[in-house]
Amino acid sequence: MTTAPHTETAPLAPTAPLAVPATRASGCPFDPPPSVEYARKEQPVTRATLWDGAECWLVTRYQDVREVLSDPRFSSDAKRPGFPFLTAGFKELASSNTSSFIRQDDPEHARLRRMLTADFMIKKVEAMRPQVQGIADDLLDRMTEGRTSADLVAEFALPLPSLVICLLLGVPYEDHDFFQERSRVLLNLSSTADAVRVSQDELLAYLEKLAETKRHEPDDGIVSRLAARGELSNRDIAAMGRLLLVAGHETTANMTALSTLALLRNPRQLAALREDPTLITGAVEELLRYLTIVHNGVTRVATEDVTVSGHTIRAGEGVICTINTANRDEGVFPGSGELDVSRDARRHVAFGFGVHQCLGQGLARAELQIAIETLLRRLPGLRLDIPFEDVPFRTDMGIYGVHALPIAW
Amino acid sequence: MHITVDQDKCCGAGSCVLAAPDVFDQRDEDGIVVLLEARPAAGLHEAVREAAAVCPAAAITLEQAQERV
Ligand code: HEM
Repeated sequence: MTTAPHTETAPLAPTAPLAVPATRASGCPFDPPPSVEYARKEQPVTRATLWDGAECWLVTRYQDVREVLSDPRFSSDAKRPGFPFLTAGFKELASSNTSSFIRQDDPEHARLRRMLTADFMIKKVEAMRPQVQGIADDLLDRMTEGRTSADLVAEFALPLPSLVICLLLGVPYEDHDFFQERSRVLLNLSSTADAVRVSQDELLAYLEKLAETKRHEPDDGIVSRLAARGELSNRDIAAMGRLLLVAGHETTANMTALSTLALLRNPRQLAALREDPTLITGAVEELLRYLTIVHNGVTRVATEDVTVSGHTIRAGEGVICTINTANRDEGVFPGSGELDVSRDARRHVAFGFGVHQCLGQGLARAELQIAIETLLRRLPGLRLDIPFEDVPFRTDMGIYGVHALPIAW
Repeated sequence: MHITVDQDKCCGAGSCVLAAPDVFDQRDEDGIVVLLEARPAAGLHEAVREAAAVCPAAAITLEQAQERV
């Protein structure tokens, strides 16, 4: 077995509860960790241990994941005992009451989410396309002017969604170093609880001040309109704004860069997409499925005893739904280990499922379609500028991707 | 095919509008689902079934008519 490069054939049969976040196999940076893939195949509902020694359930198959995430008996409220925390930082944030509706249950969750759904609905997103296209073109103009190489993350993948979410929220983009640094701390799996608290407090203080300013100098952004409703404190608005700011740029940024890399590594898929740009809509769904950047899963806690595929999950027990393995479920996506841009992957759960399913998914789709289509069209000679083995993958972060992507054209 | 939507359950994800734009829309004020066509033509049935399958909140219910297509 020592020479076999395929860890798939040598599964690590877990005797003890599976340790999460699990580690990916070296040389397979696009695939879920072998231990969790093994669980999906052999023990689809299984026990796991977290970094702090706490135990919880791991739900790994597509149907079970959809079932858990759409069942109101599984709570998103991180203040409930038994809630599983993927990092010390997330645990720290849970007690601070500042995570807004992503960590609340209905009816409060729905009340807050519905204050934002109009801003992210499909027709709003469609109307924004020309603006997003303009931003993509400007960034590529600047990146390519007089040069033949650059870091795609720093110059394109990150600034694009960052500029868009700033526009939407009414946050000055000049401050991007400030909030990008803090959101990196929030998402780093090894950040200490103290570091996370400081970053969270600084972000909230910044957004609270912004909310207060908008009460006197209103504009058309989300922060200003939330303030104008008169129902929310500056603190509530700051918590919502923080959620949107962090969720709104790290995710799309990482999907853009990781998708580019995945396409470069799959030249036939890249060629197919270049030949027929109308494939872009479906290709983005397939990339979302294949890459599932929310790679450590989505967490809940049971509020009643619930049976999932024959296992009774007791009230007060935590659950992690590994959406990355759900998206590799062979019963739903045959040949799931292959990237296939012509596949109909629309049923993937990369945005989660149930009432917490990603609020920004329409925007994310439009941004990804525009970013990838524009990049491929404008840089026909696009290639990786470092050996693949040297690409710095974000195994250390809550959102997967690459820290940098040196490219040439 | 007869479609009903539950606006209380809807979480405004917009997946139905992407899957079947001729049948579903979103309310201007809050992005909640609006049914444009409760009995869509046969040519739209597949898109509607996809919309129901991707709805994260189980807000779309389909009843197959007696005289099936
Ligand atoms: C490729 C990009 C993205 C991915 C893969 C992604 C993924 C996810 C996932 C898996 C969840 C569910 C969390 C849970 O159930 O606990 C979620 C929720 C959320 N996402 Fe995204 N997201 C992306 C982009 C965005 C963007 C662009 C925005 C906003 C501008 C956004 C805002 C949110 C918000 C506000 C929630 C919480 C929704 C709720 O609890 O009701 N996301 N996202």
